[in-house]
Amino acid sequence: MGVAGVIFDGLLALALVWLAWQATRAADLFHAVVSFIVFGLLMALAWVRLEAPDIALAEAAIGAGATGALLLSALDRLATRDGRRTLLYEPATAWGFWIPAGGALLGGLTLAAWQLPAPGLGDEVLAALKLSGVDHPVTAVLLNFRALDTLLEIGVLLLAAVTIWSLGPAPSPLVPAMPSPALPALGRLLFPVFVLVSGYLLWRGSHAPGGAFPAGAVLGAGAILMLLAGARPWIRSSEHGPWRWILSLGLAMLLAAAISGTLAGQAFFHYPPGTAGPLILLLEVAAGLSIALLLFALYLRGEPCEHGYGESGP
Amino acid sequence: MTVAQWIGGLLVFAGIPFFLLGTLGLLRFPDVYTRLHALAKADNVGLGLVCIGLGIQSGSVALLLKLVLIWVLMLIASATAAGLIARTALARGLRPWGT
Amino acid sequence: MTVYLSLAGVLFLIGLHGFFTAQNLLRRLLALNVLTTAVFLLFVVMARLADPLDPVPHAIVLTGIVVTVSTTAVALALVVRIAGRVRDDGADAGGGSGGDVG
Repeated sequence: MGVAGVIFDGLLALALVWLAWQATRAADLFHAVVSFIVFGLLMALAWVRLEAPDIALAEAAIGAGATGALLLSALDRLATRDGRRTLLYEPATAWGFWIPAGGALLGGLTLAAWQLPAPGLGDEVLAALKLSGVDHPVTAVLLNFRALDTLLEIGVLLLAAVTIWSLGPAPSPLVPAMPSPALPALGRLLFPVFVLVSGYLLWRGSHAPGGAFPAGAVLGAGAILMLLAGARPWIRSSEHGPWRWILSLGLAMLLAAAISGTLAGQAFFHYPPGTAGPLILLLEVAAGLSIALLLFALYLRGEPCEHGYGESGP
Repeated sequence: MTVAQWIGGLLVFAGIPFFLLGTLGLLRFPDVYTRLHALAKADNVGLGLVCIGLGIQSGSVALLLKLVLIWVLMLIASATAAGLIARTALARGLRPWGT
Repeated sequence: MTVYLSLAGVLFLIGLHGFFTAQNLLRRLLALNVLTTAVFLLFVVMARLADPLDPVPHAIVLTGIVVTVSTTAVALALVVRIAGRVRDDGADAGGGSGGDVG
């Protein structure tokens, strides 16, 4: 790997540790949240160094982007500007306990991990790749070999959105203190780019790092940008009722693909031979759209109201 | 190493001092407005040089164009963000240093 | 690889420590996210150590990232309901102990 590589990895690791420490122990909550967002971005660099480009894309879009937007939006509600700056009583780190206990825990886990068999499934995946309908191993695993995980994961995302919506009406979106014409102009300029990039990532997933998750995350980020630029969410039930069903489109299509195999007499989640490629593309489009809208729904933090918005408190 | 790789490497190395100076400005400048100057200007020039250098090094025109597109998007985003931060700081009453 | 393995260990401890000792709910959420990131790092290092690069842990980590963001979103919505203020300045805090959760 070379000395330069090791130096780079070491510096990256130090930066990540310091940022993680700031994220959990910084006095100012805003400081902690921003440290966490930068942590997510540097983590994307670490994923690239570990030869995991799909995860790097997902971490940059979802881990740093979506989580950062969620945290900042929640931070604004949590306390007054002065209130959240103060460090409420945080107990000092009891180093005398944590260093030995942490060391023992790490030592035990390392010992356990050492004794695990580690054959790896790379060979099997590469051997079966031609039958899977796509050319990229991670996409093949996500949408063909382990499609059940993807089904359950989109189910969890939908469940989270439903839970958040059930908590009450959406709070009114944040309005900048000094409205600038730059933000709506930025929204108008960039949203087509968001759609283009998201479509490109989706199409690319069949032969290169990409796929439904980064695509959905990029499109969801575009939707959040439009909301911040002053657009109003159009998934209210009165006006655009049917559009709400796109939220469950991904889950519905994956379930349909899964059960249709069973109904035809084959195994659960059996794709008919030869149709795996187009079927995977169709499922990716549905999943990507769903993920985009679900991330947007998570950001809204409540059910979009018919007329105006509800209060932000319970 | 071919000529393209030399030129590309040179451009990347030329971009690094811009990032260093931008970070130096972020750490040493007295208030929000001057720090925004350092970040929005120096960092983007550095990014442009790095992007063009990497694109030339890769030898593929498509890759060079994609990297230049990334740079243009970054310019737009950072300019808008810097403007918004400055407006919010002004709305909150932060006076520029020296006034 | 040892760099990333030890990084995963240290991040795991930082996340665990923050999760158990932080008083503020938001800090606890941040510590939870750091914890999950450390676990994903371990997965990917294990995938990298296998001889042809193992793509199955990559898929599992992708799933994990999406599940983590869902969990964080629900937890944030709950934290805001517990400890949030009404937006207008000067109004009373809405519900719970009001102001920051301490």
